[in-house]
Amino acid sequence: MTKNKLSSNDNYTTPVAEHPSLEEVYEATPFSEAFWTYVNYIILNIFGWFRDFLRKTRIENRKGSAENNPPGFVPLYQSYESFYTRNVYQRIADCFNRPIGSVPGGKLDLLERVTDDYNWSFKFTGDKITKINLGSYNYLGFANNNGQIANNVINSIKTNGVATASTTQEFGTLIQHRKLESLLARFLGTEDAVAFGMGFATNALNIPSIVGKGCLILSDELNHTSLVLGSRLSCATIKVYRHNDMEHLERLLREAIVSGQSRTHRPWRKILVIVEGVYSMEGSLCKLPELIELKKKYKAYLYLDEAHSIGAMGSHGRGVVDYWKCDVNDVDILMGTFTKSFAAAGGYIAGKKELIDHIRVSSHAAAYATSMSPPVIEQIVSVLNLLIDENEEHEGRKRINQLAWNTSYFRQRLSKMGFIVYGHPHSPVVPALLYSPSKIAAFNREMLKRGVAVVTVGFPATPLVLGRVRFCLSASHTKEMLDEVLKYAEEVGDLLNMRQSKLNPKKSFHETEF
Amino acid sequence: MGSPVNRDDIARLATDFYSLLESFKQTPFYHLIFEIFLILTVLWLVCFRKPRPIAKKLTEKEKQELIDEWQPEPLVPPVDTNHPALNVRVLDGIVGKTIEIDGRKSLNFATFNFLNFVGNQRIADKAIQAVQKYGVGSCGPRGFYGTIDIHLELEERLARFFNFEEGIIYSYGFSTIASIIPAYSKRNDILFVDEGIHYAIQKGVEASRSTVKWFRHNDINDLERLLAEQDKHDKKNPKKASTIRRFLIIEGLYMNYGDICPLPRMVELKYKYKYRIFMDESVSFGTIGQTGRGVTEYHNVDRQKIDLISSTLEYSVGSIGGFAVGSSFVIDHQRLSAQGYCFSASLPPLLAAAAIEALNIMDEENSGLFETLMDKSKRLHKKLLDIKGYRVLGEDISPLKHLSLANSLNTIGRLEYIVEFAQTRGITITIARYLNDEHHLPEPSIRLILNVEMTDEELEFLCTVLQEALVKVTA
Repeated sequence: MTKNKLSSNDNYTTPVAEHPSLEEVYEATPFSEAFWTYVNYIILNIFGWFRDFLRKTRIENRKGSAENNPPGFVPLYQSYESFYTRNVYQRIADCFNRPIGSVPGGKLDLLERVTDDYNWSFKFTGDKITKINLGSYNYLGFANNNGQIANNVINSIKTNGVATASTTQEFGTLIQHRKLESLLARFLGTEDAVAFGMGFATNALNIPSIVGKGCLILSDELNHTSLVLGSRLSCATIKVYRHNDMEHLERLLREAIVSGQSRTHRPWRKILVIVEGVYSMEGSLCKLPELIELKKKYKAYLYLDEAHSIGAMGSHGRGVVDYWKCDVNDVDILMGTFTKSFAAAGGYIAGKKELIDHIRVSSHAAAYATSMSPPVIEQIVSVLNLLIDENEEHEGRKRINQLAWNTSYFRQRLSKMGFIVYGHPHSPVVPALLYSPSKIAAFNREMLKRGVAVVTVGFPATPLVLGRVRFCLSASHTKEMLDEVLKYAEEVGDLLNMRQSKLNPKKSFHETEF
Repeated sequence: MGSPVNRDDIARLATDFYSLLESFKQTPFYHLIFEIFLILTVLWLVCFRKPRPIAKKLTEKEKQELIDEWQPEPLVPPVDTNHPALNVRVLDGIVGKTIEIDGRKSLNFATFNFLNFVGNQRIADKAIQAVQKYGVGSCGPRGFYGTIDIHLELEERLARFFNFEEGIIYSYGFSTIASIIPAYSKRNDILFVDEGIHYAIQKGVEASRSTVKWFRHNDINDLERLLAEQDKHDKKNPKKASTIRRFLIIEGLYMNYGDICPLPRMVELKYKYKYRIFMDESVSFGTIGQTGRGVTEYHNVDRQKIDLISSTLEYSVGSIGGFAVGSSFVIDHQRLSAQGYCFSASLPPLLAAAAIEALNIMDEENSGLFETLMDKSKRLHKKLLDIKGYRVLGEDISPLKHLSLANSLNTIGRLEYIVEFAQTRGITITIARYLNDEHHLPEPSIRLILNVEMTDEELEFLCTVLQEALVKVTA
């Protein structure tokens, strides 16, 4: 079992000083890329229609499973719904859902699989291959199967079992749950906090208990599905503003207060602005100081989802509030998940005591869902203890600093090498643009051949022409690992003609050394 | 005298009028029609059209005043500090057959620990092994390196247990059925739903935005009536009907009532009216049937006729998470369309390992686990009925029963008294807690859950305590 080592650069110098106001740059799509991407989609569509025709006329055998009900039942799926799945997604299905057989740390063991029929079915060869892992959300590198934290978790299984089989409002609350909640409140600097077993469910089941009919939700364009689902289930009116566009938001706020609810023109009961700390597809940060200013000016409430930013941003790891040096009391509802930086599972909501009490009483999850698993709580508590510790020599601070260094280093070199990179200069999520669906598949497979596991995404998770590769950096990546990745990215980038940035004309890997 | 209207003027007028009439005769026919139409339009506009109010635009100053005046409600309404949810018991140790409360051990009839797997040594050992191999979190959704080989093993084991083609696991019991229903049923589809389903299924039904037709709890005649009505409606517009999917959403054993659904008749109706059956077996998985395979085994119905069975790993299995099993045609769709699966991190490996070991224990031949459970449930049911004073809801073989008092006496206050009294005697029971926005709020009741390892003496003791409590509360 290899220990996850931190970089041997113990006296690194931060290449970029801590300026919380760095600009985000989104380079315009080069015309040639957009053109060829559309051509790409058109060709895929033509082939798709042709293959569907062959399948319909039985010239080609239908692959995949078939309905086992007798005829007469309405087809379960719309045929156009699955057109994209059958003809585009299926071709590159080997790039997704890759099974692993180890800790999702800085390196992981991929289970090798082969396909005889072009990704319709897979067979495992039985081999495991180690790859550098740039795909898992393991920002602080706490995904570990040995060490003090793992021992704490094992002890917790022995003393509390694996689960409680009861809901939080009945007999599912253990001393550990209370300990987690008070530690979390201390870490974040809020009055109180409440934790749930699933991050997705934390949003989807708690937004309905905060807003309801007659309320207005102003939601960022790129908000996560769980926020959208929670907003829909709450029956409040939803208006979407352009991503990070504070002027659009202000205009919507003014219009909303002036004209009230549509049709009746009654004043809105509440206005809730929902934003995320770090947006995982763009790598961008929310503009928190401006949001707080707007919220105070118009008496709205602010809901901040720190799924990707808690632990990963800020000089103390306390998220975007820490990063922007804002007052945590200005954010009404702080939400986050434990899946990413804490390498556990679950979500939390933190804020004033009245808010948390209300959620304990009326949350769907508190009333009907079983409480969190004790060993998972132990993992989170151990990580929190490390992060609260301010000693620079200790594990927590070291990891936070390592992640910040890795982020600056990797982003700078990648953009200097000519890749078009989106997002904020300090965000550990690094999207580099690929544009076309074929490049998405090619980049993924070529990097895998060279020993790097990356995540590439296309439509519908991103806009149609903006397919991208998304590197997730971790404190468990050493400088050597990052250098290796950059070298291979240069090779593959040249193969696929990716290095087209006009702002940073391309330089080689060695030219960008610092 | 004024200006006299002399004969010349009159003659001129007459000539003018005459020439006007002449010109009428000479104009083309269409021209006349057009002119008449215009005149009628003008008349209508003048006499009948309501004047459109001219929208007065607000000045900037007025807008600013409105903005300054507007006051939102407080973020959350005030909460009663005496609410039971704010005064829960905080426990320590394993929440197993016994729990330690107020310094003494009491028998636990309150948690969903049907097979007493919470704290089981074999399961704990396997979970520890998983931590030593995989760590705790999976750090990613299933699509992006969050699929661990242990998840694939668990899915395959679950599918094999039910003899279905494929299984799919979720990381949270509540989100399982709440994500499954919207993945298949969309805006134009119809859901026939039993009124007594539990809250998570209600949320799934709500999220799907489909047309919902509720039928009275376990009332097959009411369901037939709704189906017949829909059929009549369909015959009027067969083209539209062929694009509307229909689903029947039921539970195997209802959590809120403890009774079992009339599955054979529902399967018959499925082929008559052409709908698909999605059954949630959260409570009946691992508790009903000779080998714990749920209501299909109990009713001896061919399981392949059910399109999808969903359940949870949080009750009899004693882990965390949920799953669904069915044919590959049905289940595979969720891997790209179910929100709780695609957009959420996968189940921590240690919980998957615990579930696999629990399945191993359930699969063991000759354990007699499920027969024992059904047997004890029957005996408990009889003993409870013997007390005479409680209404006992639920099937006799169901390990989950609802206890309430006779009609007018049945209040939350009295039930809370019974619960507190039982606690002082070393029996832990709970009132079934619901939120106020349940579709069909059940009557207040005590939810009694039987643990398979309870001995006869302990069941006897439970009934004695309940009897005493009854006497005190009706006094």
